[in-house]
Amino acid sequence: MANDDVWILGIHMTKFGKHPDLDVVDLAAEAAMGALNDGGVGIKDMGVLAAGCLMMASAGIGQQLQKQIGQTGIPVYNVANACATGATALRTVIMAVRAGECDMGLAVGVEKLSGAGLLSGGSRKSDDDTWTRHGRYGAVAPVDGRIGTETMPGVFAQIGMEYGHKYGGTSFELFARISEKNHSHSTLNPLASYSKAMSLEQIMGDMMIAYPNTRPMCSANCDGAAAAVIVSDAKLRTLDPDQRRRAVKVSASVLTSDPWEESCQVLPDVNTLTRNAAKLAYEQAGVGPEDLDLVELHDCFATAELVHYDNLMLCPVGGAVDFFESGATWRDGSKPVNVSGGLESKGHPIAATGIANVWEVAHHLRGEAGDRQIEGATVGLAHVIGLGSACGVHILEKAAS
Amino acid sequence: MGHHPALGQGSRTLLIEEDEELRLRARPIRATSFTWITTGNVKYGHGHGSANGTSDERGGDQLSDQITLVDYLELGDDPHLVANECCACGAKFFDRRNACASCGKTEFQRVRVAGDGEVRAFTIVSYAAPGVPVPFVAALVDCDGTSVRANLINVEADPEHVSLGMKVRLATYSLGEDSNGTEAIGFGFEPQEAHDNGK
Repeated sequence: MANDDVWILGIHMTKFGKHPDLDVVDLAAEAAMGALNDGGVGIKDMGVLAAGCLMMASAGIGQQLQKQIGQTGIPVYNVANACATGATALRTVIMAVRAGECDMGLAVGVEKLSGAGLLSGGSRKSDDDTWTRHGRYGAVAPVDGRIGTETMPGVFAQIGMEYGHKYGGTSFELFARISEKNHSHSTLNPLASYSKAMSLEQIMGDMMIAYPNTRPMCSANCDGAAAAVIVSDAKLRTLDPDQRRRAVKVSASVLTSDPWEESCQVLPDVNTLTRNAAKLAYEQAGVGPEDLDLVELHDCFATAELVHYDNLMLCPVGGAVDFFESGATWRDGSKPVNVSGGLESKGHPIAATGIANVWEVAHHLRGEAGDRQIEGATVGLAHVIGLGSACGVHILEKAAS
Repeated sequence: MGHHPALGQGSRTLLIEEDEELRLRARPIRATSFTWITTGNVKYGHGHGSANGTSDERGGDQLSDQITLVDYLELGDDPHLVANECCACGAKFFDRRNACASCGKTEFQRVRVAGDGEVRAFTIVSYAAPGVPVPFVAALVDCDGTSVRANLINVEADPEHVSLGMKVRLATYSLGEDSNGTEAIGFGFEPQEAHDNGK
């Protein structure tokens, strides 16, 4: 009997890194065609398309992609949800398929960010000739750098430091060791932007961006795209045995926003909405954190990875430092986290990230992850967070047979 | 090249720096902009005066030749920050809201924020947008239950001189005078200990 389940039929990510000769449409097309081929289907089989490219959020990337690979007249949803844009595109297709609007759909995320530096804040304008109040706070002059920081490395540094203040045990070295783990993991990922191991000394001695985050502890701006084909359970049952065997079950698909917390107006709260999303996802999937064989979480900075161990309930409340110190999150540990190398090494082409992490987990569940395969993986979780804030959590399971 | 017109238009929004070496992760949305929803001109505070305020009421520019960096800083003998507090649940906002983000009620009152606080989180920013002097210490300061974003000032910007849980107090400083001779006054938090030692 068919049910409400939805499945990933095909999924693909491009190499992350520098693609000077490809534009966003080329990259999106490569990912989309890759996902369709992987699923053994074509664009004419798709009933819905959701696409995101955050830096070109008003450019209609979905329709541009259609012109590149097939204008079939299906509904297109161009989505933008900060760093959760890819997860939002995926979830949009999942919702359409679950709602019965179609039995197959395509989700695509793409970004070109190579060479981008600090994306927030821009340049500080020089002060005006006269002090005149502007904007929501009546500021007479630019406030970035005068009233705290608007840079993401600085914002996420404070998020990690706040955890340290609350529970203790954090240090510059601890955060650097999280980065050391992810850079080590990246050596097994041929699609990562950077796949070189880095020693603790190298990481701590590198250029300081926002204490305690040095440059290799920050996610890497790069180009890349990822795409996935979603299929309904009923449709999947009509497909070939090989397609069914490789299909990955979407056991949970959750998107949350940040509920009010006292300090959220001055420092974004990335914790509550992640914990809420995780709770809901575990409930939907009928699994617990103890069942996860691997986790891809949003390590936009080394300081962020620590807090998400706790938010995703991989450890007891307040226990993230001990959890990391136990070695659990290394690829040979009990709860491998970011075996892809994470955003710090694999890279973070914003809108692609929320599908690429699903690709990573799906790859392991299919037993196709090659040298970095987590043996026997049957359940995995992919998490992204976009400041503002939006959190996407997907739990995936290996096909039963 | 036959680029879609919208592609070119969109690409102008890319805030790309030339420095290929810097592969810093950041986002295109200013960190200050997330929770602060544009509402336009809205009347506030039924029966509690205006939480929004007019330009005359904004800020505490007690001296005609001084102006505060932001309108939630008030000067006078005892400089302090002010917030719009939800009359129902006590949630505080440094900007205007149509309804409380916590409880949805619509009455606000202007309240004084404690000047003494404790550093709950900090970072030392060594790389910032062009034009922003570095290094500086950005912090989240807990002022008797109200979280305040500010720089730590009158302290060395290094991890040896700044610590989590450090007791700090509000302090003001001059940003200089404009062409009319008006002096802008900013705020930050300084260590209580160092201040006491200096006495």
